[in-house]
Amino acid sequence: MTRASTAARREEPATESPRSGAGSLAAISLDAVTKVYGHAGNAVPALDRVSLEVEPGEFVCLLGASGCGKSTLLNLVAGLDRPTTGTVEVRGGRPTLMFQEAALFPWLTVRGNVDLALKLRKISRPHRRETVQALLEMVHLTGFEKKMPHELSGGMRQRVQLARALGQQAEILLMDEPFGSLDAMTRDVLHDELERLWRETGLTVLFVTHNVREAVRLGDRVVLLSSRPGRVVAEFPVEIDRPRRIESHSVADLAAQITGRLRDEVRRHGAV
Amino acid sequence: MALFESRGGSSAQLLDAELSGLDQLEMALPPRPSRLARVWAATWPKLTAVALALIIWQLVVWSGWKPEYALPGPRKVWDAFFENFDNNMSAAGTTLWRGVRGFLFALVIGTTIGALVARVRVLRAAFGSMITGLQTMPSVAWFPLAILLFRLDEGAIFFVVVLGAAPSIANGLISGIDHIPPILLRSGRVLGARGLTAFRLIILPAALPSFVAGLKQGWAFAWRSLLAGELIVTIAGKYSLGQQLDANRQLADSAGVIAVMIVILVIGIMIDSLLFGTAERTIRRRYGLVDTAT
Repeated sequence: MTRASTAARREEPATESPRSGAGSLAAISLDAVTKVYGHAGNAVPALDRVSLEVEPGEFVCLLGASGCGKSTLLNLVAGLDRPTTGTVEVRGGRPTLMFQEAALFPWLTVRGNVDLALKLRKISRPHRRETVQALLEMVHLTGFEKKMPHELSGGMRQRVQLARALGQQAEILLMDEPFGSLDAMTRDVLHDELERLWRETGLTVLFVTHNVREAVRLGDRVVLLSSRPGRVVAEFPVEIDRPRRIESHSVADLAAQITGRLRDEVRRHGAV
Repeated sequence: MALFESRGGSSAQLLDAELSGLDQLEMALPPRPSRLARVWAATWPKLTAVALALIIWQLVVWSGWKPEYALPGPRKVWDAFFENFDNNMSAAGTTLWRGVRGFLFALVIGTTIGALVARVRVLRAAFGSMITGLQTMPSVAWFPLAILLFRLDEGAIFFVVVLGAAPSIANGLISGIDHIPPILLRSGRVLGARGLTAFRLIILPAALPSFVAGLKQGWAFAWRSLLAGELIVTIAGKYSLGQQLDANRQLADSAGVIAVMIVILVIGIMIDSLLFGTAERTIRRRYGLVDTAT
């Protein structure tokens, strides 16, 4: 499946991004994407000429301080929004988006929420039942089918969201700070869980976070964005063996290095 | 490093155990009180209030503020109700049927208009404030026109009942849709819900709590308009609660008037709290809108 949003003014020939040699094989490719909100006088640029490629099956973490346009970028890839200029191409299958907050439907049970994803893909009822059960088993929520979202803990809700996303049979998982509101303990366990699911399913993951260690813990590659407007300023390949531990020295070392770079970026916005 | 080693081989099992451990720790909910206890907790204050009202009423009668033929006590009203039992029941049946019929029609119209106005920008600009305006207009004010249009007949009452209830129902739906958290709409779009499917599966259920509040208010307006209508538009040979009120007044039968008033009040309370109140509470609890800490 290919979906390309093309804007007229800044259409450039299909040059390969210098960052990656894979070119047209990329699951997601952004080419000089700029997104501006508002009009003329009070236009706010959210993204400025962002070019990024994500390989199929790759786990890429987008890292940035506030105002780096992380969510805007995910919306563009998810097809919820269009770039002002530049192109966004998604070739690696259907994308789905997972949110930070409670994006579960409060009137549906855990089962109902996951089931809706399948229902909207027009899968027959008997088929759905089994699939929902299997999905809930994947995220270790068997036994909680009949609970309402508000009866679950934050970590469990995010796992239901994950099951729902997997139920869409999307090949690309976009995650918008999915563990941002969880306590550290739960977050660590969910990192393990996500890593396991990613390895089992071969999903392509684009994961947005402002937590440097989380990015290093999870990503094959960490892409650092600047703020206001968002721009790619650096990329860090993460060559640490999996499974990783967030408290390991190798993760901490690389995280320290990236944090230094991130702080440089933040300082540029200071008043001094 | 020992920490990492210990996780090595059976890390999948460890992960399972950790997840279920965290889940169990976080799922400890306070037990809900038993059904009987809840029913009793809801009932006794109401019974006390009724008893108190009866006592005050009787005290006022005993005080001799008004002669007893004008203001009879509870006992006399009780007798009057059973003296005229058959008429009262048939009158209540007619009135209730008119109310339900008008309300159901208003439900269809109000929901349709509400959905259109909430989702179509131009319609919102054109009719949004008009609906609120209609809601504030006393429905009795419609009767002169209704009588000219439909004569002194069922049609006039029906017309006013529908006009009384529909704006509240429409407004309930509109404000429900307006207050849907954007994240739920985005979530629906990510899942691939579009157009009518999105309306049926996402927007309508998300707006349900406010919609039911609108229905409740709509019924209150319908019931009020209906009784006003029955006092004004009396149809020969047909018993209704409004007509009974008027008939008893003409016979200077205060006890009869009060008995009918109590019937009106009881029907109103029953439908409001048993039907809409229960629906509202069930939905709020299901949606997690109830504070469990209190």
